[in-house]
Amino acid sequence: MQDAEVCAGSPDAPLVLIARVRGALRIAAVDAHARSLGLTPGLALADARARQPDVVAVPMDEAADRHWLERLAKGCWRYSPLVALAPPDAISIDVSGALHLFNGEAGLAEDLSAVMAGEGMSLRYAFAGTDEGALALARYAPLPVDDEATALRALPISALNLDPQATLGLERAGLKTLGAVATRPAAAIAARFGKKAIDALARILGEANRPILALPHAAPLRFERRFAEPIAHQAMIANALLDLMHDAARALEERGLGGRRFGLTMARSDGAKHRLVIETGTPTRDPAMILRLFDERIGALADPLDPGFGYDSLTLKISNAEALAPQQPDLSGETKPEGALAELIDRLTTRLGRSAVQRLIPNDSHIPEQAQLALPAVECRTPQRWPAPPPGEPPARPLFLFDPPQPVEVIAEVPDGPPHRFRWRRTMHEVRLFEGPERIAAEWWQRKGGEHPGKGGLTRDYYRIEDARGRRYWLFRHGLYDEKPDPRWFLHGLFA
Amino acid sequence: MRSVPDFLLRQSFCPNPAPTVPSARLKTGVSAVDAALGGGFALGRVHEFYAAQSDDSAAVAGFAAALAIIGGQSIIWIRPKAAMRSGGVMQGAGWAELGGRPENILFVRAPDNKALLRATHDALRTTGTGVVVAEIWGRASEIDLTVNRRLSLAAEQSGLPLLMIRIDAEPAPSAAETRWSVASAPSRGLAAKAPGHPAFDIELLRQRGGQAGLNWRLEWDRDRHLFGDTATSRALLPLPVRRPIADAGRGSLRRVA
Repeated sequence: MQDAEVCAGSPDAPLVLIARVRGALRIAAVDAHARSLGLTPGLALADARARQPDVVAVPMDEAADRHWLERLAKGCWRYSPLVALAPPDAISIDVSGALHLFNGEAGLAEDLSAVMAGEGMSLRYAFAGTDEGALALARYAPLPVDDEATALRALPISALNLDPQATLGLERAGLKTLGAVATRPAAAIAARFGKKAIDALARILGEANRPILALPHAAPLRFERRFAEPIAHQAMIANALLDLMHDAARALEERGLGGRRFGLTMARSDGAKHRLVIETGTPTRDPAMILRLFDERIGALADPLDPGFGYDSLTLKISNAEALAPQQPDLSGETKPEGALAELIDRLTTRLGRSAVQRLIPNDSHIPEQAQLALPAVECRTPQRWPAPPPGEPPARPLFLFDPPQPVEVIAEVPDGPPHRFRWRRTMHEVRLFEGPERIAAEWWQRKGGEHPGKGGLTRDYYRIEDARGRRYWLFRHGLYDEKPDPRWFLHGLFA
Repeated sequence: MRSVPDFLLRQSFCPNPAPTVPSARLKTGVSAVDAALGGGFALGRVHEFYAAQSDDSAAVAGFAAALAIIGGQSIIWIRPKAAMRSGGVMQGAGWAELGGRPENILFVRAPDNKALLRATHDALRTTGTGVVVAEIWGRASEIDLTVNRRLSLAAEQSGLPLLMIRIDAEPAPSAAETRWSVASAPSRGLAAKAPGHPAFDIELLRQRGGQAGLNWRLEWDRDRHLFGDTATSRALLPLPVRRPIADAGRGSLRRVA
């Protein structure tokens, strides 16, 4: 059992997570530092601030906690296949019959502590005969537990998880521990506090058991065809491949999933294995489309596939799948244009490589060559909007940028004048119109010691230039005259 | 023994949909140009734009970009990898400054002309909406009449316009609907001698079944997403000048078409 309280933030300030309870901001969870200062869950944030002005309050994200707990629970599959969630902060693992793999309870606990410490989690754990017992020990007992039965009987009444009135009633009756309750006749307890109290008590003390509600394992999406005789004939290979795709499509449809990454392993009879991987930008389970993508991949191979004496088996593995709602084609049987574009992206990505099919994403930098990111289109499904320029102005940024900028010979006024003429690619250009300079400073804050004068990098003075024949260029002088004795000029971009 | 790809290619072959007749056209906004083209640039056709000189690469790309912006939908822009060196890297910011929406563009970098043409063909066959732009540098001997015809058929079937940009190439016979020569033109300067809005000198070298040899000077208005006629504002009438076609013989062009 463990405590899944995330401890993050600066180490010196007390951190609390807050949630809105009936319109008031109240503390929902605290870190060790805050706890030592006397801040407890349930306290109003205003009171906590009054006591500790430096408290750091972060809104509680229950969905994220739950998600993280689920991920941790799936990680615990390494100890046992039966792992259950006990929200909000615990995981129970049924380790019956699995302990010998870890040299007993102590070995398992040691391994688990090391893993959780690696994840940055603090861990409270306990072993007991039932999962309720272990949960109660981990939550309420002083750790470590030496004698399970004694520790269980010494647990406070609140470990029963009854409603507050029942807990209060039991305590008022002088029953402070579970052991005290257990010595009383069960019928009397049940008559006053309900059967729930008796059931909970029996489960914690190990007198009754209930199977744990384990997290379901999803069977891996792996499809295989083995052949009695190696197959080398193209038609048979393709047929087997199509069969596999149909199997995969059916399995995916049952689970409401679509594959994003498909791996095909073709095992040749002499032991050689051919592996092909395709990726799609949107989840899919269309066998024809998957086959087309594999076809593209095979076509893009440097040396063609050689079946030799034939393939023994074909294995299709879907290593990445995402939710995909079942779709009904409309009566005309036409696909949607977005679907067609996604298919084009997948095909071109498969054929030309991930980085060859791109979308442009704005990047928050005023250095022109860093103002955009070209991301693979399979990765960015929802492109970001670009800011619109102010109306009525001519373009301030060129359509094409040279990377690296191209050096040019320039005749210009010293120190800050615009260019009069420049030579680029062995042609002289007479400047007819110009605008500038647009001064762009280097990102001095990125450099070590950049805040000192002269250490922050060279400033660029950009000019929009139009030459006598109407070509529009973007030139810059790399460095001011007081930064550098003889700054050089570069041509950075071309306007339309 | 045949290799797998051939077979799979045959497997994945899908029949083309029936050809469609383009009804809509990309209107440039300049009445003289639209009138000469019968209402604007026809969708579902191939239009070729030759850079008048090799350093007009940005101008011809900008002109095609402006037309694609008029098209308004998603844009697929296919460039050869080598163009990054000689022509620069296309900038989303520059595209936005022309009035376009860079998030609608899909950029494809092709390693060579063959891959570029194949990608173009695939892009046309997506049957989606939008504009396909293919940028080709150099003479590109791969573009023979078969390829030309195939591309124009694909454009006809999908109803998408294919804007083919040719840089460093001589105008050659092809199956294109229109063929243009594009050069950058001096802009109307703004206050304090600042360069103005992008301007283009375009010349209609050839139009299938229509008049040719006309030239105009257009100015791009990024706010209205239309071209304007700079000549009228400069008290110079737009001059549809009759000019001989740059090619050696008109007959050869006709024969191809």
